[in-house]
Amino acid sequence: MVKEEQELANRPDNTAFTQQRLPAWQPMLSAGIVIPGFVLIGLAFIGIGVALFVTSRSIQVLEFDYTGVDQNSPCFKCSDPKVLNCVCNLNFSIDSLFKGTVFFYYGLSNYYQNFRKYGVSKDDVQLSGDLTNFKTPSDTCSPYAYDSNNQPIVPCGSIANSMFNDAFKLYQIINGTNTLVPFDGKGIAWWTDYNIKYRNPSITPLKNAFNNTVKPIFWSKPAYELDTSDPANNGFINQNFLVWMRRAALPNFRKLYGRINEGDYAQGLPAGNYSLEIAYNYPVLSFDGRKKVVFSNVSWMGGKNEFLGIAYLVIGSMCVFMSIVMLIVYAKFKFPEEDGVPGH
Amino acid sequence: MLCGLPRPSFAALWRKTNAIKTSKYNPFTFLPLNLFEQFQRIANAYFLFLLVLQVIPQISSLSWFTTVVPLVLVLTVTAAKDATDDIVSKCVLLFPVLRLRSEKWMDVQVGDIIRLENNQFVTADLLLLSSSEPLNLVYIETAELDGLYNLKPAVSPLSRTLTYAGQKYPLDNEKILLRGCTLRNTEWCFGLVLFAGPETKLMQNSGKTTFKRTSIDRLMNVLVLCIFGFLAFMCTILAIGNCFWEMNEGSQFMVFLPRQDGNNAAFSAFLTFWSYVIILNTVVPISLYVSVEIIRLGNSFYIDWDRKMYFSRYNTPAEARTTTLNEELGQIKYIFSDKTGTLTQNVMTFNKCSINGKSYGDVYDYTGQRLEITKHTDTVDFSFNPLADPRFMFHDHALVEAVKLEDPEVHAFFRLLALCHTVMAEEKKEGELFYQAQSPDEGALVTAARNFGFVFRSRTPDSVSIVEMGEERSYELLAILDFNNVRKRMSIIVRSPEGKLCLYCKGADTIIYERLHQSCSKLMDVTTEHLNEFAGEGLRTLALAYKNLDEEYFNQWKQRHHEASTELDNQESKLDELYEEIEKDLLLLGATAIEDKLQDGVPQTIEQLSKANIKIWVLTGDKQETAENIGYSCNLLREEMNDVFIVSGNSPEDVRQELRSVKRLYHFKRTLGKGVKLIADELVNGEYGLVINGHSLAYALEGSMELEFLRTACMCKAVICCRVTPLQKAQVVELVKKYKQAVTLAIGDGANDVSMIKAAHIGVGISGQEGMQAVLSSDYSFAQFRFLQRLLLVHGRWSYLRMCKFLRYFFYKNFTFTFVHFWYGFFCGFSAQTVYDEWFITLYNLVYTALPVLGMSLFDQDVNDVWSFQYPQLYIPGQLNLYFSKKAFFKCALHSCYSSMVLFFIPYAAMHNTVRDDGKDVADYQSFALLTQTCLLFAVTIQLGLEMSYWTAVNTFFVLGSLAMYFAVTFTMYSNGMFLILPSAFPFIGTARNSLNQPNMWLTILLTSILCVLPVVTYRFLFIQLCPTINDKVRMDLLPKQHLPPPPLRTRIRRTSSRRSGYAFSHAQGYGDLVTSGRFLRRPALSGSSGFANIGRTTTGFSPMGRSAGYSPTGRPQNAKVPDDTTNKAILHKNILILYF
Repeated sequence: MVKEEQELANRPDNTAFTQQRLPAWQPMLSAGIVIPGFVLIGLAFIGIGVALFVTSRSIQVLEFDYTGVDQNSPCFKCSDPKVLNCVCNLNFSIDSLFKGTVFFYYGLSNYYQNFRKYGVSKDDVQLSGDLTNFKTPSDTCSPYAYDSNNQPIVPCGSIANSMFNDAFKLYQIINGTNTLVPFDGKGIAWWTDYNIKYRNPSITPLKNAFNNTVKPIFWSKPAYELDTSDPANNGFINQNFLVWMRRAALPNFRKLYGRINEGDYAQGLPAGNYSLEIAYNYPVLSFDGRKKVVFSNVSWMGGKNEFLGIAYLVIGSMCVFMSIVMLIVYAKFKFPEEDGVPGH
Repeated sequence: MLCGLPRPSFAALWRKTNAIKTSKYNPFTFLPLNLFEQFQRIANAYFLFLLVLQVIPQISSLSWFTTVVPLVLVLTVTAAKDATDDIVSKCVLLFPVLRLRSEKWMDVQVGDIIRLENNQFVTADLLLLSSSEPLNLVYIETAELDGLYNLKPAVSPLSRTLTYAGQKYPLDNEKILLRGCTLRNTEWCFGLVLFAGPETKLMQNSGKTTFKRTSIDRLMNVLVLCIFGFLAFMCTILAIGNCFWEMNEGSQFMVFLPRQDGNNAAFSAFLTFWSYVIILNTVVPISLYVSVEIIRLGNSFYIDWDRKMYFSRYNTPAEARTTTLNEELGQIKYIFSDKTGTLTQNVMTFNKCSINGKSYGDVYDYTGQRLEITKHTDTVDFSFNPLADPRFMFHDHALVEAVKLEDPEVHAFFRLLALCHTVMAEEKKEGELFYQAQSPDEGALVTAARNFGFVFRSRTPDSVSIVEMGEERSYELLAILDFNNVRKRMSIIVRSPEGKLCLYCKGADTIIYERLHQSCSKLMDVTTEHLNEFAGEGLRTLALAYKNLDEEYFNQWKQRHHEASTELDNQESKLDELYEEIEKDLLLLGATAIEDKLQDGVPQTIEQLSKANIKIWVLTGDKQETAENIGYSCNLLREEMNDVFIVSGNSPEDVRQELRSVKRLYHFKRTLGKGVKLIADELVNGEYGLVINGHSLAYALEGSMELEFLRTACMCKAVICCRVTPLQKAQVVELVKKYKQAVTLAIGDGANDVSMIKAAHIGVGISGQEGMQAVLSSDYSFAQFRFLQRLLLVHGRWSYLRMCKFLRYFFYKNFTFTFVHFWYGFFCGFSAQTVYDEWFITLYNLVYTALPVLGMSLFDQDVNDVWSFQYPQLYIPGQLNLYFSKKAFFKCALHSCYSSMVLFFIPYAAMHNTVRDDGKDVADYQSFALLTQTCLLFAVTIQLGLEMSYWTAVNTFFVLGSLAMYFAVTFTMYSNGMFLILPSAFPFIGTARNSLNQPNMWLTILLTSILCVLPVVTYRFLFIQLCPTINDKVRMDLLPKQHLPPPPLRTRIRRTSSRRSGYAFSHAQGYGDLVTSGRFLRRPALSGSSGFANIGRTTTGFSPMGRSAGYSPTGRPQNAKVPDDTTNKAILHKNILILYF
C-alpha cells in the first residue's frame, strides 16, 4: 500500500476545484425564461411608469425668468451692469391654492459650475474651519487665494467668490397691501454639509477668526456678516452659502433659496396676487446666462420630473412589444431539435 | 578527497562554477533592476507618462493617486511574480552530491574531483578517473542526451591532453561523462570536472528558445494601438470642442472663472487634450495585462492539476511549462506528430501466430466465446523454461501445450524464429539473456521463441547456439540471405547438429507465398484466412517457411554464391538471382502477428481531433511502410478513403510530377493570385491521404515547390511524412505557419522532435521513458498521446473561451466607464471634469470589477468536459477566431458606446432640475457622480452575469461581494470620520446618505440597468433562434439532459484493414553481412576491453532501436551498408553505454 501511495505521489488532488467540477448553475437564454421575463419586466415598468407619471403631474411648478433680456420684463432696467443696487418687482397671480410646503428656488442657465477649474477652486480644509488655511489658502483657490495686497481671501476660490447674491422677498397683495410671505432660509442645505463638512472656527466672536484676511472680491460683506441675526446661520454655515457651494452637475440648475412653511402659508400659497421683490445684483448676461425663480412643491419622488415616468412607460411597452416579437420568432424559427447538432 | 590537482591552480585558470546563472537579481539589485525592466514594457511606461502628466497642475484633471495606486499594485504583483520565478530558478540547480564533504552542485567548480554514486545524475562534464567496477567501467544511461548528436556539437575540448606529473594522458570521448547522463549499475566513480554550468555540452546544445506569443496577444497589441489612436481621436474632438467653447462661452464666463493664462483658446485646447488623455486613459486599462497573466496562470494550473491527464504508470502529471499560451490551445488547426514514442509505445509484442493451419493467441471461454484480452486475463506460465523472459506475456495456453507435446511443426516454427534473425545475444550472468535486435520486430520474435523453449543463446560468425527445450544445440551457419527492400524476406541456411541442411525463411506473406511448394496450397488457404484476421486487427504479419536442402546441390550453390560475391560487376543482381533460385519450393510453416503497440486511445484521440476539424500530420523518421501501417492502425488513414497518394520521387521533377498528378485528381482550380500570402483551404470532394518520403520532401520543401506541396497536402485529410530529418520536421511546420493563418501544434517525445516543437506555435512533449529533451523545450508535457484531446478539447477550448469572454467583457466595461466622460465633456465646457468620484476611478478596475471578471475567466465553462468530448465540433469556433477578433472588438466598442450613452443621458434627464423629496439639492455634481457610478457598476455587473454561463458559488460570491464591497467602500469613504481625518481627500462626505435614500435615484439605477441589458438579451435571444452557433445548439441540446449521465464514449473503432506485411518495417539491410563477418563479435562479452558494449534496455529486454534506426542524422539512408565499426556502434549503442578507464 505504502509503495502504491508513493508511486502516485505526483497525482493531483481530486477536488472539485482542481478538477473543475465545482457545482454550478448554468442559466441559458431560453425562450421559457426570456419571453415571460420580458413580459414581467414590461408590465412592472408600465406600472412604475404610470405611478411616476401621475405623481409628477400632480406636482405644481411656477417658473419665472427675471434676467431682463426682454424689454417688457420688469427687471429689464436692472440688466444693465452699470446700474447698482437695482430692485425690481415681479408680479404674478395664482389661480388656485399652490399646495405646500412650497419651495422657492432660484435657477441659473448656461452657468458652468461643473467646469473643472471652477469646481476645484475651493479649500475644503479652510471651510472646515482650519485656521492655518485661513492664513495660507490652498493653491487650488487660485486666482482667488490672495488679493492684490497679498492678503489671504477667506473663503477662497472661485465658487465662494461667485456666490449668488440676488435677494428675494415675496409679498402677497391682499386688497392692495403687501403681506410678506416669509422664506425659511434654514434647513435648506444637507445635514452633513451644515454639521460636518463646513465648520466655523471655534473663535468668538467669529469676526476675530477673520483677522488679516479679506472677503472674497465679489462679496459686498464678509463671511461673518452673512447672517448677523443668527450665529447658527452665519459664516461658513450660512445655508445659502452651503447651497451655493454644493456645485451643480449640469450647466442649467436650480438651487433652493427658501421654504414657505410658516404661518398662513404653511399649507401652501393661496390663490391671489403676489409680488416678488428682487434685489438684482448677480450679472449673468455677460455670458448669456439666464436667471429664474421657481416655486414648486414636491412628492415622494422629489421635484417635478416627467422624464422618468415617460421613460418607464416607453421601455415597459417596448418590453411587452419585444416579447411578442420574440414569441413570433421563437414559434416560427425555433431551431429544430431533431437535427440539432451536426454530426451527432 | 581532492586528489591530484590542487584546486587553486584550476580555479585561477577557469573559475567556472557549476551554478548556471538563470537568476537575474540579488536582493540589492532587485528593486531598481526589476523596476527598470517593468518600465520597459510599453503599458507601464505609458502609465508612468500619465503620472508625469498628472503632476503638471495645468493639465492634471485627476489626482495623482488614481494612477499611482493601480500602478503600484501592478508593479508589485509583477515584481512578486518575477521574484518568485527568480527564486524558483535558483532552487532548481541545487543537487546534493557526495564530495569529501557533501556539496551542492552549484558550488562545484572546474577542477574539482567529485564522487558520484549509483543512480545519480551527472551534472557537469566529467573526466572519469576511477570506478567501483572492474577495469574502471561505468554504466551510464544517456536518455537525457538522446539525440544529442543531432544538435550542433559543442566546441570539442577533447583534442587536448592532460599533463600530470610529467606524463601526458590523452583525453578522449570515451573517458568523458557528460552532464545529463545518469550513473547506473555502478557503485561509485570519481570524476574530474572539466566543464561546469553553462559550459557543459548539454547546455551548449540546448538550442535557442524563441519567445512564443499567442495570436490573441498579437491581436491585443494591434487593438491596443487602435485604442491609442481612438483615444487620441476622442481627445482631439474634445480639445476642439474646448477650443470652440472657450471662444464662444468660456471667454464670457471669465467673470466667475478668470484665467491666469489669459484667454488663449488654442492653448487651452492643447491643455485640454492632455487633460483628457489622463481622464480617458482607462480605455487602455493597466490591469488588463496583469489580469490576462493571472487568467493564463490559473488555466495553466488546471492543466497541472488535471487528474485525467495524470499517468499513474510513470507517475507523471501533465505540466504546463509555459503559462502564456493557454488560449492558443483552443485554436489549433494543425497537429504535427511524431510517431515512435508518441503514437506508438515503441514496443513490439508477439501477439498471435498461425502454425500449420491452427491459429494461436486468442483466448476463449468454455462456451467457445472469444474473450477480450485485458490486464486480468490469465497469462501463460513459462516457469518450465528457466531462460524465459519474465516480461513476455502470452495468453493462449494451447500453444504451450503444443510445444510441450512436441508437435513437430510447432517446434520447427519456433526453431526458425530462434535461428533466422540477426539478433545479438548477451549473457551477463548465467541465464540472464539480453537481446540486441536491430529491429524491434525481430526482437519480439526471438523473445517469443525464447519463451516457448527455443532460446537463442549466442552466435559466432559461423554458428548459432540455441537451447531447444532445455537441450543445448549448435547449428552451423552456412549462409545468410540477407534482407533488402526488394526481397522483403531473409533466409538462413544452417546445418543442424545431426548434419541436416535446412533453409529457413521469413518474410512478407505475399513474397513467401509466391515461393511455396504446391503441396502446401491447402495450408496456404487456411493461413491466408488467419493472416487476414491478424491484419484486420492491425497486426503486422510475417510468413515463415523452410526447406530441407540437398547437400550436393547446396555445395554447388555455395560455390556459385562465392563466385558471385567476389565478382565486381553486377554483384548484387547476380546474388539476387542466386537467392531467388534457392528460395523456392518452400514449405509453409505458419505466420506470426506482431503488434506495434499503439499508445492507449490513440485511434480514438485521432478520430476526435479530426472531428474537431484539426488536421494531423505525422512526421516520422520511420520507413514508409511502417509509417503507413501506423497511419492505418491509428485511424489516420482509412480504407474507405478515396485514395492515398504516395510521393516518393527521387528528383525534383519526379516529385513535382507526382504532386501535380495528385492535384489533377482533385480537379484543382487555380484561385491563388500573385502576391497572396495566405492560402485558403480548398474544398475537396472525398477524403484523401498523402504519404511523402523524406527525399521527396526535401525537394517539395524547396522554394519553387513548397506552395504546390502545401496546397496538395492541405487538401488531404491526413498527411504522413516519413524518413524526415529533425530539420525537415521544423521546415514543414514553418511552411504551414508561413502560408496558413493557422495555429500549429507539434507533439513529440524525442530529441529529434525538439526542432519542430520549438518551431510550432505550441510544442507538446511526451514525458515518459525517453529522454527529456523534448519535454525541456516543450510548452506542455504529459505522458500519453491521448491526453492531447483533453488538453485541446477541454483545457484549450475553455481557456480560449474564457480569455475571449474576459477580453470582450474587459474592453466593454472599460469603454463604457470611459465613454461617459466623453459625453459629459459636452456639458461641462470640455473642461476634463470627471464624471465619477476620483476614488471610484481608482478602485473601479482594481476592486469593484476585478474579481467577478476574474472569477468568470477562471471558472466559466459552456459545457462540461464530458460534453466537450461528445461534441468535438465545439472546438471549431476557436480555429476560426470567432470569439475574439477585430469584429468582436468593434462590436463590444459599439455596445459600450450605447451603454455609456444610456448611463450618461438617463441620469442626466432624471436628475435635471429635480430635487429631493424634502426639496433639497440632489442635482449637484457629487450626487450626479454617485448616481452615474452606481448605475455603471450595476450595468456592468449585470452584463457580466449575462456573459457568465457557469455560476459557481465562488462566482456568485465574487459578483455579489463586489457589489457589496462597492457600497461598503462608498459609504466608508463618504462618511464623517474619513472626512474629519483628511478633509481634502474625501470631499464627497454625505453624498451617499443624502442621495441613495431617494427613490428616484434607485428608479434611475433600475432603468439604466435594464436599458443596458435588455437590448443585449433581445439580440442574443433572437440570434440564438435565427442563426444559432454550434455552441448555442449544443447548449440548447443539452438543456434537457444536463442532469443525465453522459453516454459513454465509444471506445472501439471499426477498422477494415487490408493485409500489410510487417516484415522489414523497421528493419535495415546489411546486418547479415555484419553477423557473418564476425566483426561484431570480436568483443568478448564482458571484458570491456574494446570500448562500447550494449547491454540492452533493461525495461524491455531487447533494445528497441526504432528511433536511431529510423533516421540518420547525416541524412544517409539507413539501409545503406554500414561502413565500419564505429558508426555501427553509434547506431546501436545509444541507451546505455559502458565507459571504461
